[in-house]
Amino acid sequence: MKNFLKLLAFFTIILSLTFSKASAAGEQQELLKVDWSFKSFFGKFDRASLQRGYQVYSEVCASCHSLKHLSYRNLAEKGGPEFTELEAKAIASNFEVTDGPNSDGEMFERPAKLSDKFVMPYANVQEAIAANGGAYPPDMSVLVKARGGGANYIYSVLMGYEDPPAGMELDDGVYYNKYMYGNKIKMASPLDDDIIEYSDGTKATVDQMAKDVTTFLQWTAEPHLETRHKMGFRVIIYLVVLTILVYFSMKKIWSRIETKV
Amino acid sequence: MSDHEYTPKSKVGKWFNDRLPLLTLANHLTDYPTPKNLNYWWTFGGILTFCLITQIITGIILGMHYVAHADLAFQSVEHIMRDVNYGWLIRYVHANGASMFFLAVYIHIFRSLYYGSYKSPREVIWIIGMLIYFLMMATAFMGYVLPWGQMSFWGATVITNLFSAIPLVGDSITTWLWGGYSVDNPTLTRFFSLHYLFPFLILGLVVLHIWALHVPGNNNPIGIDIKKPSKDTVPFHPYIVIKDLFALLIFLIIFAFFVFFSPNILGHADNYIEANPLVTPAHIVPEWYLLPFYAILRSVPDKLLGVIAMFAAIFVLVILPWLDTSKVRSTVFRPIYKQFYWFLVADVLILGYVGAMPAEGLYLLIARVATAYYFAHFLIILPFLGMKEKTTPLPLSITEPVLGGSADMAMAKNNTDFKEKL
Repeated sequence: MKNFLKLLAFFTIILSLTFSKASAAGEQQELLKVDWSFKSFFGKFDRASLQRGYQVYSEVCASCHSLKHLSYRNLAEKGGPEFTELEAKAIASNFEVTDGPNSDGEMFERPAKLSDKFVMPYANVQEAIAANGGAYPPDMSVLVKARGGGANYIYSVLMGYEDPPAGMELDDGVYYNKYMYGNKIKMASPLDDDIIEYSDGTKATVDQMAKDVTTFLQWTAEPHLETRHKMGFRVIIYLVVLTILVYFSMKKIWSRIETKV
Repeated sequence: MSDHEYTPKSKVGKWFNDRLPLLTLANHLTDYPTPKNLNYWWTFGGILTFCLITQIITGIILGMHYVAHADLAFQSVEHIMRDVNYGWLIRYVHANGASMFFLAVYIHIFRSLYYGSYKSPREVIWIIGMLIYFLMMATAFMGYVLPWGQMSFWGATVITNLFSAIPLVGDSITTWLWGGYSVDNPTLTRFFSLHYLFPFLILGLVVLHIWALHVPGNNNPIGIDIKKPSKDTVPFHPYIVIKDLFALLIFLIIFAFFVFFSPNILGHADNYIEANPLVTPAHIVPEWYLLPFYAILRSVPDKLLGVIAMFAAIFVLVILPWLDTSKVRSTVFRPIYKQFYWFLVADVLILGYVGAMPAEGLYLLIARVATAYYFAHFLIILPFLGMKEKTTPLPLSITEPVLGGSADMAMAKNNTDFKEKL
């Protein structure tokens, strides 16, 4: 028991060192923390926020950032923004996709359908880089999972634009961001108060838009998050009940002999 | 192991069993006499079997949807996560299952180290176990490459580059491993093929591991041989089966927490960025379970010697039965070794920690000291300690201290120590 405690103490020290180190690494600012609705065991998405987040994405981000792993049908699926099928169809039909070849062997353009993947703003990576001053605007499908701080990091970067500290020289097309790794970012601050008009009447402050679009990106990265949380809760309840039953069975079986278990 | 010859009761059973004695085998497995004083550290064999089967089943399903191609692998993983029915569940079980598998195998190995399960007559079990462990590391490494994220790609680059340290033929071997002049599509396809093959090799070795175990029987917490099977042992079924099941369920609850509530915490965020040969990540780190070896590798300034040190770190474990000269198996009766045992545990944890940190300054110094201590433990401390150490007296049998009978009180006390540790 004593050794076990020693080991436990050791683990605690190691873990605390790891975490304190992890946050200190890269001399980065501590990220802004938001009490997201999708965190915690029963976490769910805020449906209205997801729909607003999609609006921010489509009106602000989509001109440079792709969402290539998503299909338009996802917008109407359960656990997501849950647009109606008609709304999702209407969204899809705003985009043109190349299909074919038809019976004449020709490729042709047609409006996108629910089954199509999100249309990308650029044809390929090279075009995206060329159009953005040498910096590639990353695909946003799994962006939240691809950054150390997750949702908090994305939100912080959106909120982190500031004037550079005195004495810091920035090249043309490079901006200062408090939370970005290395503090330099090639994307100009994308959000300004009231740059969009929310269709549900919510006031479009930078903070509101940053939260909404981050929530939306959390969903694009983890479209089954709600199912996962719900199933996880049931699985663990089931396992705990079964464990208790097995424990008493074990006690009963081992009571036939003198040794304790 | 049973002293009586087994005959099936039914006629059909007897007919079949005379031709293929499967029923005799099943009878042997259920009746297998197991020391009655095994503690919960002994339940990890069953847990590991469960882990292997889980990895194989989830892996086969993932293999149905995964595309092993440099241009499509990342996308096919996202397809699994989004569009395959419960694909996210299968992938998260598989990815976290690997970590849980290693967690269990480390506990299993350190249990063996504590209770001297590697000593005569169980050396072969131990060596097969080390082979399994080695194959597990290779399998896990190749599996981590398959999603073709940034860590996949750069991890593969770092590890395969190690072979270039071999004098004369190193570069040729690396090219041969890659199937080209860098990590690319041919590397990915062969890793996929081998990642599918190795688990079945592990499965075969597990059968041998258990077979080799059933010849001398289990070691136990006091590490003495079974004197009277009727008194000291219980049949595997139902006693050990139900106990293993109980422990497995506890393990599964922890497993489920990872899968459902923090499925990505053990992975690296960079692996959700598609592999890009032109962009190197700031820090290339392997999965947590390989970190101690990574630390040993980096602590040696010379590349070739570093690689040798890393493989030697596993090899000293293989020859451990002959490095430990003490005849007494269980650490319970070895007061001095007990201290060193916990030093070793701490040493390995420290190695794991510095393995995750950049190899510079203080971290590098700590890694070097810890590496030196790791080898000193096996090559210097163990051989000499075994000859010099004065062990405390061993109990006469498993039953006596358990029942608090005639064995001396010190033994009885030691035994309650075990119970507490549970």
